Amino acid sequence: MEKIQGNVPSVLVHDKDSAKKRTKKKFNVEHLLLGSIIPAFLIIAWEIFSRLGVFPSYMLPSPSVVLGTIIGLGQDGTLAGHIGITTYRVFAGFILGTIAAVILGSFVGFYQKAERLLDPMIQAFRSIPSLAWVPLFILWMGIGETSKITMISVGVFFPVYLNIISGIIGVDRKLIEVGSINGLNAFQLVRRIILPASLPSFLTGLRSGLGLGWMFVVAAELMGASQGLGYLLVLGQNTLSPETILASIILFAAIGKLSDWLLKIIETRALHWQDRVAKL
Amino acid sequence: MSLELRNVGRVFNGIPAVTDVSFSAKPGEIIGLLGTSGCGKSTLLRAISGLDNEYDGEISINGKTSKMIHRETGFIFQEPRLFPWLTVLGNVTFGLTGEKQEKEQLGKQYLEKVGLSGNEKLYPKQLSGGMAQRVAIARALVTSPEILLLDEPFSALDAFTKMQLQDLLLSIWKAYQTTIVLVTHDIDEATYLCDRIIILRGQPGEITKEIKLEEKRPRARGSKQLAEIKTEILKSLDLNKAVDLTTV
Repeated sequence: MEKIQGNVPSVLVHDKDSAKKRTKKKFNVEHLLLGSIIPAFLIIAWEIFSRLGVFPSYMLPSPSVVLGTIIGLGQDGTLAGHIGITTYRVFAGFILGTIAAVILGSFVGFYQKAERLLDPMIQAFRSIPSLAWVPLFILWMGIGETSKITMISVGVFFPVYLNIISGIIGVDRKLIEVGSINGLNAFQLVRRIILPASLPSFLTGLRSGLGLGWMFVVAAELMGASQGLGYLLVLGQNTLSPETILASIILFAAIGKLSDWLLKIIETRALHWQDRVAKL
Repeated sequence: MSLELRNVGRVFNGIPAVTDVSFSAKPGEIIGLLGTSGCGKSTLLRAISGLDNEYDGEISINGKTSKMIHRETGFIFQEPRLFPWLTVLGNVTFGLTGEKQEKEQLGKQYLEKVGLSGNEKLYPKQLSGGMAQRVAIARALVTSPEILLLDEPFSALDAFTKMQLQDLLLSIWKAYQTTIVLVTHDIDEATYLCDRIIILRGQPGEITKEIKLEEKRPRARGSKQLAEIKTEILKSLDLNKAVDLTTV
């Protein structure tokens, strides 16, 4: 008897929960359908025109051929290697660039002296198009992983750095006063007010940094690589096979989107307290 | 806790904002600083709290003169100034130190006092203006300050919430016998709450008048006595003259 009584509310709660989940799922499916209409239409049109021979296959192969190339790469086992090495380069460069940006950005954000000392120089470096570093890095570090990862971390550095600084500088003075009135010292002010308050800006920096990381890995791998998605681009160009190039582009898009999506989940979790405007 | 100001003044970039203000508050007294905008009321309050320490003159709390932040003071700002990343309970216990459980216990007690129990887990974005200000009041009280400084705390609220919170403040004052310094530009608020009203005027602001209110609490809003005091205050603020001066 007791057992039954105990079970009733939990069942009820469970039902309510799953009903909520169901409506949410339905909503997401609807979004997915709505967003896929135009791409699906375009892909079908592309396939039809390719088969009719409107697009010459040596210029623009049909989607099914591109898909076949990806599957073929997967079957002969090279796909995992290409994706793995490219992801590794982006990840390593992203971590290194972020660490450098956090250290320098916090210094410049917190200490006015550091800002006057470092910021003009860093801003001057920023105005150099980052790809211009490539020949120098190759000269210094050779064509191996080091130069590629350095290249990517330079790309990641600037958006993260700039966003950290603007986050720290933008912390509401009024909130800091609440901390002071509660007797917080400088270290506690940083940990309990400035860090959480600048978190949104930091995460925005991370996301744009990651985007640039994916951009720079292409450049780094185009310069010279024996493996990686960027290498597939070069390979496709040299062997006159546009399907390899397209396959690589599609893989870049998919993985880049996936990594951004992961960061976005982290962002939403970390910033659930933000009072954002709901989209219509 | 007693509070004493001796010849306090403050100059901003060479322009004096307030000069030569001296007054003292007995323990448990509610003092109102009343004046038109720009006469330096808030400046004085920030000097008392220690948030601003570039003033002239001396401020002593319990006979101790210091320009640092006083741990014995609590400050309630015009806006709630809640931390958006903390829950209601997290905001209330922000200034406490010690074990988490004890802090939360105390925080819950004060939330109940301001009529917000059951809302511990909400985030500031989910609160109405009145609720947010109640949380701010609980946050200022939870450290049991002996002097409570209020900077136009209810001016951004609607009339009904305002009256409710004024009564809340009085009930808190009754329970803890806190010394209160209240900055306001609302004459009705000052006459309803204060034992003594100090009127500041001019630029730089100076004390022009001090009015003592003997009437027992709870006072009736809009009673004849309060209305008479209001007239007296209006006369001493001399608003008509001030208008003339600005139009010339």
